[in-house]
Amino acid sequence: MAIEVRIPTILRTHTGGNKTVEGSGDTLAALIDDLDSKHSGLKNRLVTEEGKLHRFVNVYVNDEDVRFTGALDTQVKDGDSVTILPAVAGGC
Amino acid sequence: MLRIARATYDAIVAHARQDHPDEACGVVAGPEGTDRPERVVPMLNAARSPTFYEFDSTDLLALYRELDDRDEWAVVVYHSHTATEAYPSRTDVGYASGPAADPRTHYVLVSTRHHGPETGLSGDEVEFRSYRIVDGEVSEEEVEIVETHLFGHSPTTVVYD
Repeated sequence: MAIEVRIPTILRTHTGGNKTVEGSGDTLAALIDDLDSKHSGLKNRLVTEEGKLHRFVNVYVNDEDVRFTGALDTQVKDGDSVTILPAVAGGC
Repeated sequence: MLRIARATYDAIVAHARQDHPDEACGVVAGPEGTDRPERVVPMLNAARSPTFYEFDSTDLLALYRELDDRDEWAVVVYHSHTATEAYPSRTDVGYASGPAADPRTHYVLVSTRHHGPETGLSGDEVEFRSYRIVDGEVSEEEVEIVETHLFGHSPTTVVYD
């Protein structure tokens, strides 16, 4: 068992074109570190220099937006499904 | 260049008129990897604001799951400006340049600032413009409206949520 991670189209350049990849870790931060070890450059796209999740990126664990569940500290476990999406917003 | 069917164009303009004075937003889905905007999916503006739009995060997840199931992607992301010109704002550019935003997306901006009763008379205009936004750089592109019957497939489906 592992954690399945769905990758948005533009970040598939880091995953050899794959839509989904697998990783492991106890928290979202650990999962992203694990993914980055196999798909170099992914972490830079998701996490800012200050170590926070990028504000223009939405990450979900199963159906929950991690913004409401502890962001990078969100607990994850085998069998979870993680989805990464671009936030869509703007204004005049 | 954005090549778009008349029915799709009309559906976006109608949505923007309907939600005025709040900003309207949505996507036009098409087969993944193509440049064919075929299916208008109006989204709720979670901000319900005349100056800001935002896809609700739960709606966003549902949308992308649906697109994924249908082997589609968002060819166009559209939204309206209701008091200013149809040009991307700094906030628009920020989001569109985000690390997970696909630079192949066409960003359609509609302005309803001069819209009025749909009389067809002058003075009732909805601006419709399209852009590419890559790493903070905005470039406007030509919009070619194709009369729907020339597309050679069934007319665009409009799915209201």
